[in-house]
Formats: sequence, structure tokens, C-alpha cells
Amino acid sequence: MFKKIKTNQLQLLAMLAAMLFIVVFFSIATEGAFITPRNISNLLRQTAIVGVLAIGMVFVIISAEIDLSVGSMMGLLGGIAAILDVWFHLPIALTILITVATGLVLGLFNGWWVAYQRVPSFIVTLAGMLAFRGILVGLTEGVTVAPTSSALAVVGQSYLPSGWGMSAIGLLCLGLVAKVYSRRQARSKHKVVNKAAKFEYGQATIAVVCLLTLFFVLDNYRGIPTPILIMGILILLATYVAKRTAFGRRVYAIGGNIEATRMSGVNVERTKMMVFGFNGMMVAVAALILTSRLGAGSPAAGNMAELDAIAACVIGGTSLAGGVGTVFGAIMGALIMASLDNGMSMLDVPTFWQLIVKGAILLLAVWLDVKTKKAQ
Amino acid sequence: MKQPLLDMRGIVKSFSGVRALNGVSIQLDKGEVLSVCGENGSGKSTLMKVLSGVWPYGTYEGEIHFDGQQVKASSIRDTEALGIVIIHQELALVKELSVLENIFLGNELGSQARLDDEAMYQRTAELLSRVKLDVLPDTPVRELGVGQQQLVEIAKALNKDVKLLILDEPTSSLTSKEIEILLDIVKQLKTQGIACIYISHKLDEVLALSNWVAVIRDGDHIATKAADQLTQNDIIGMMVGRELDELFPRESHPIGEVMLRVKEATASQHGASRPQVDNVSFELKRGEILGISGLIGSGRTELMQCLYGSYEGQYQAQIELEGKDISIRSQRVALQAGIAMVPEDRKRHGIVPIMGVGRNITLSMLGQYCGMLGQIDEERENQDIDEYIARLKVKTATAELAIKNLSGGNQQKAIIAKCLLSKPKILILDEPTRGIDVGAKYEIYKLMYALVKEGVSIIMVSSELPEVIGISDRVLVMHEGRLKGEFDHQGLTQEIIMNCAIKEGA
Repeated sequence: MFKKIKTNQLQLLAMLAAMLFIVVFFSIATEGAFITPRNISNLLRQTAIVGVLAIGMVFVIISAEIDLSVGSMMGLLGGIAAILDVWFHLPIALTILITVATGLVLGLFNGWWVAYQRVPSFIVTLAGMLAFRGILVGLTEGVTVAPTSSALAVVGQSYLPSGWGMSAIGLLCLGLVAKVYSRRQARSKHKVVNKAAKFEYGQATIAVVCLLTLFFVLDNYRGIPTPILIMGILILLATYVAKRTAFGRRVYAIGGNIEATRMSGVNVERTKMMVFGFNGMMVAVAALILTSRLGAGSPAAGNMAELDAIAACVIGGTSLAGGVGTVFGAIMGALIMASLDNGMSMLDVPTFWQLIVKGAILLLAVWLDVKTKKAQ
Repeated sequence: MKQPLLDMRGIVKSFSGVRALNGVSIQLDKGEVLSVCGENGSGKSTLMKVLSGVWPYGTYEGEIHFDGQQVKASSIRDTEALGIVIIHQELALVKELSVLENIFLGNELGSQARLDDEAMYQRTAELLSRVKLDVLPDTPVRELGVGQQQLVEIAKALNKDVKLLILDEPTSSLTSKEIEILLDIVKQLKTQGIACIYISHKLDEVLALSNWVAVIRDGDHIATKAADQLTQNDIIGMMVGRELDELFPRESHPIGEVMLRVKEATASQHGASRPQVDNVSFELKRGEILGISGLIGSGRTELMQCLYGSYEGQYQAQIELEGKDISIRSQRVALQAGIAMVPEDRKRHGIVPIMGVGRNITLSMLGQYCGMLGQIDEERENQDIDEYIARLKVKTATAELAIKNLSGGNQQKAIIAKCLLSKPKILILDEPTRGIDVGAKYEIYKLMYALVKEGVSIIMVSSELPEVIGISDRVLVMHEGRLKGEFDHQGLTQEIIMNCAIKEGA
């Protein structure tokens, strides 16, 4: 049966195994403190920011580009949100709208330079990394913008009431099963070889069990944290965009072979610019969560976050060569990174060791990936 | 009998069962020039790769003796050490470095700690004067023209104490003035006792320069004859002398009114000495198969790129499709106008290797399956994929299999399917059967006739003369960017095309 497992499934299994290992290890090391509902809730909230960044980043990397500016951009957008909220007392909806729109514009700006002016994305976004941070410091005059309003706090600090959470999760589970069913129907119509029914429904069952367990654990503490809800919605949305839309398909094609995609009449420049625009919006969402959680806009906010986002994508099986990667993988990568952070902090591991371990994990993950691909 | 400098005996080289060289033997003495002639793909390059060690000893059959000993090279390094240097069509100079640095790259004089710049400078100056190149040794190579760069390559070879110099189409991108200088240098090297193997399509040069001419056709060694006993026509006759067989399923089909009119198409790379396409005008009729022939570098592919909006460089052309003027600035516009192209370089321009066969087929036309939110109607998409896979007989386990796992022929069929999905009025096929097995070729020919019967017009660019003659209704021949001849397929022979494609000014 193992012969039948494809590379991408192998990768998924390896990731799940790594996750399981991390959970078991830290649970034992912390004498159970790691898996208390309170810590899991914390852990997930920590994941939310890098997770949302990774959702945007995974599209950029699939299209064979890179974005180094997301940390600074997140700082800048968070700063803008804080300024609108604290200095101008704008209504929360307007603050969100302006922040996301600004994110879109900054992303498109990056994308325009990359796609139409053909400046390598590494350079464009390196410039952005410097410039955006500079703008942020200039705007805030180097001081923290605080305190943010209670309305903004809802984004990053609130929890979903139990009843709502239950309904959301219930709907999600039903939707999942329905989707598997309808896809099987559509496939058998086209004589496409279906995977064994047991296998597909088994997968769905595991997913449902995971979701329900998660829900009950979180409900045991305070309910589903709003950032997790936001991340969850974005995961669904981004997965849909990646797998079911022409845009998503073209992004994979561009990463797979940009020349052939251009020859196929795809507007590769516009598609690339849109990828960066989408990434900018994701950064804006992450920035709102961050500012809300901190209760302030800080000139240092989001420092080095781009590296966490890239690491999450890469650990999650995204190929820097382009054309390969999934949103779910990137989220798993973010979760692994956050778990390491969280667990090591609980064990009072000195910060310098935490950095060394994270670096080593990143290297190891990619090395394993290279090895298994070679073996194929 | 005294042993010749180079003696290659019975060289056989196969690629996955196909014989590229079938027992080729050549000999060459000091101070002699041997020209190797043959059509594109006849095996000349493979022979040179065997000789220069690109294909190491043991990957081919036969023996090579050079300068009195048997050559068992495992890489190009070993043959260079023996004094065999090959200069490729694509020059292997580092453009950012100076002439001196290029000449001594990998062979720097001096100690590990300190280079002996003075000695290298002096030596470079000597070498440059030997090849009559009047530039300073510290000139950056990128500031030199292509011809001058070629001379630097030769100087580099001389620096390595070359005994046998192989020139692979050295003059294909040179001006006539540069060619003259190069030919002079080769003649001069002859007098210095250096042997030379010269590969060129330019038969006037071949005859002016060589002592011997060897002709290869389909991997077979046809003959080696003294150059002074040959005419250009003799060589062409030996190069093509094969008969058309039943490989081509010609079917009669009606040809309609003029579909496409191209006027004064011109295309050039920035800073190039001559345009790649030079003032070309032609017409294409409905339901016609127009063959375009010419040597590599004659501008065939570039002309097609102009029609499809994929030329990278400056180009202009008046294009009239069904009586309407259109301007094709991108591949998208071409597809919308009804022009589709199967590109020459399948791997680079044709497929997205890691994507599934089906998804490659629908890549061009994804828009037509999209709903309001940009979501793909996979049901309709899969229907079309199934239909086209069946229609073109693409042999694949599933439509989801990554296309890189398919054979060349099936990949090509999938690319054609992609083009057909856009319901083209004009289908451009650039080298449609390159690297494809005979069976798949036949199926592609059949398909071409089926398409023209439906009223599609086809332009086929091909290096294979039998294919051009066997399939086309009309043939255009290009030479150095210009349209040089137009022929009806009736009574057309390979000699006629070759004469037109090769001879200067004929």
C-alpha cells in the first residue's frame, strides 16, 4: 500500500508526524501544560498572524517569486490602523477598509515593479522591506501609537460565543462531507479514476474529528478566538482560489513554466501583479490582528515576520522553484513553527536556543524534501 | 603508411535505441581542413560531441586515434589536454571578463597567491596579433562584436597549444567582412600545421577552405571526397539523396480564398547587425498547408513568433486576417484573433511539466470555463479534456498525470489539443515532429489533413525536407531573414529547396 502514496501525500504525512511528535514531546516535557485548553488557545492565536501571512506568501512563492517586505509592510499597515483608530477615531469598519485597501495598493505596487518592470522580486521587496519600515517610523515619529479602541480589540482579542462557534464548525463539517460526495459524483461521471471510497471518506472523517476536538478544546477555555476564525475563513477562501479558480490555476502554471504559460496566452504580468496584491491584503489582515492584539501600533512591529512566513511555506512543502505548494501545507508549517516557539518558551529555553532550533528545523525540513524528491 | 593525426573508425552512437551515428569514419592530417556537411539533425553535432569528449569513451562504439594514441576521453577536459579544441556556435566566453581573463580562464599564469599579469598580458597580445584582432588585452569581451569574440575563442584555443581545431558553424552569425577575416585565419593556421574540422552550411566557404569534404546523412557516412573534385551541387546531392516513402499520408483537400496576408514583416534584436526577419511578405489561403523551410537561423521561427506575438525584440508587420487589419502585440491577442501556435521548443515553451495533461490542455482557454467569481466549472472542463484526449489519441493513464511523464509524441499531441481548444483559424506548427517517433508523426500528419479539411489553415515550419515536401501544399524558403523562394509541392525536390536555402545570392 505504501507504494501508492504519492510524494505530496508523503509530505503531508511527514508534516503530520512532525506535528504529532512536537505535541507529544512538549506535552511530556511540560508535564501536560502544553496541551491544556488555555495553552492550545494561546498557541493558535500565536499561529494566526504568521498563518495569515503564510497564506499570502504561499501564492507568491508558488508563482516562483518571493516577498521580503511583508514584515515591514505588516508593521506599516498596523501602524496606519493604529493611527486611524487612535488619532482620528475613525469607525472600526472604515479603519479595516482603509487598512486592507492600503495593503492591496502596496502589494500591487510591489507586483507592478516585479511583473511589468521586471525587477527581481528579491530586490523589489528588499527595497520595500527598508522603505516601508522607514515610512512607518516617519509616520509614527518613532513612538508607539496607543491605546487602541475597544472596537479594534475585537479583531484580535475576542472569542466567538459558544453557540456561534458550534454552528460554524457544524456547518464546516457538513460542507466537507458534502464536498467529498459531490466531487466523487462528478469524477465518476468522467470516468476519472476515483481514489478508494474508504480512503476519501476516511480522510474526511479524520478532518471532522480534528475540527470537533479542536472546537471542544477551545470551547473549554473561552471559545474560538476571533483571529482563528478569521484565519479559518481565509484558509477556506485561499484554498478555493488556489484550487478552483482560473487565477489560482494560472499561478501554479506560471510557477511551473512561465514561458509556456505566456505562450498559452495567459496575461502573466497581470496575474503576477495580482498575486502580490492578494498578498498585500493578507498582510493587512495580519496587521489588523497584530495591532489589535498589542493594543498599539509599534514602530518595531512585524520585524522579521517575512522570514517566519517564508519558513512556514517552505516547511509546508512549498517549492521555492515555484509551481508547487498548498495553503494547508503553509498553515501546517506556521503551526509547527508556532508550536516550537510556544513549547520552548514554556520550557524556559533561552531565546538564542529557540532561534538555533528553528533554524535547524527549517534546514532539516528542506533537506528531507530534497532527499525524498531525489529518491523518486 | 604513416598514421594520420586524427583517425575515427566506425563510430556508432545511439540514443535510447535510435542510431544517431551509424559507423562514421573520418581521417585528417596535420595542416588539413576537413569539412563535415549534412542536413540539420544528420548527426554532425553528435560526431563532434563524440570527438570532443562530451560523450565520454564507452558511450559509443568505435575507436578514435589522435596523434598516435587511442583516445579514451571521459570529458571535454581530456580532449583539450590532447590538443583538440571545439568552438561552438554559441560562444563560451564570460562576457563580463576581459579578453585576457577569458583566454587564461582556468589556465592562469603565476602562483596560487599571485597572478602573473605581465606575462599573461604579453602572451595575450601575441595571440591577438596571431588572430589579427586589434584590441587591447584588457578590453571587456562584451564590447566586442560576435566576429571578434569568435577570434578571441580561437586565440584561447591557440593558447592551449591546439593541434585540432573544430569550428561548429562559425560564420552563421557573422558579416561577410568578419567571415573573410575568419577564413584567412583558418588558412593561416593550416600553414602552421594545425588541423581543422569545419562544420558549415555555407558550401562556398566549404569548398574554398577544405582539403576534404565528408557528408553525413541520417547518421550514415555517405562519402569523404577531395574538395577540389566537388561542386556545390555534388555536395547537396549527397546530403539529401534519399527518396520520399510512404511516410506522408497526403490527402487532397479544397483550398479556399486568402485567409492571412502578411506584408513587410521585419524583426530584429536590439543591437544586432542584421534583422532576423527582413521584409517578408506572404499569403496563406483557407485550408492550405504552407511549409516554411530554411536552415536554422534563417529566421523561420522568428517570423512565426511575429505572427503569434511572442517575438522578443522589435518587430513590425502588416497583418491582414480575413480582410481585416490586425495588430498582434501579444500571444493573447493572437489567440483571440484565431491564431494558435505549437512552439518549437516543447519543454521550454510548450508544457508546464509538473501540471496534469488535462490542465495543460485547458491552460489557454481557462476563461471559457469560468463563472462569475472566477471559479472553474470543472465538469465542463473535464468534458472537453476527455473529448480532446480521445480525439487526438493522447496516450496517458489519466488526465491528471503530470505531462512530463508522457512521451514526446504524446506531449506534442496534448499541446496541439491545447491549440485546437481555442478553435483557431490558423494553426502554426513549429517543428511539429521533432524528436517524435514515426507512429506519432503519422498521426500528427493525419490530424493536419483532418484540420485543413475543416477549413483551418496551417503553417508548418520544419527542418526535415521530406516532411516539408511530403505534407505542404506550398513551400516558402527562407535564407538569412529573407524570403528566398516559393514553390508548389508538385515536382518539388529536396535539391531545389537545399539549393535555394544554402547558395548565396542564387
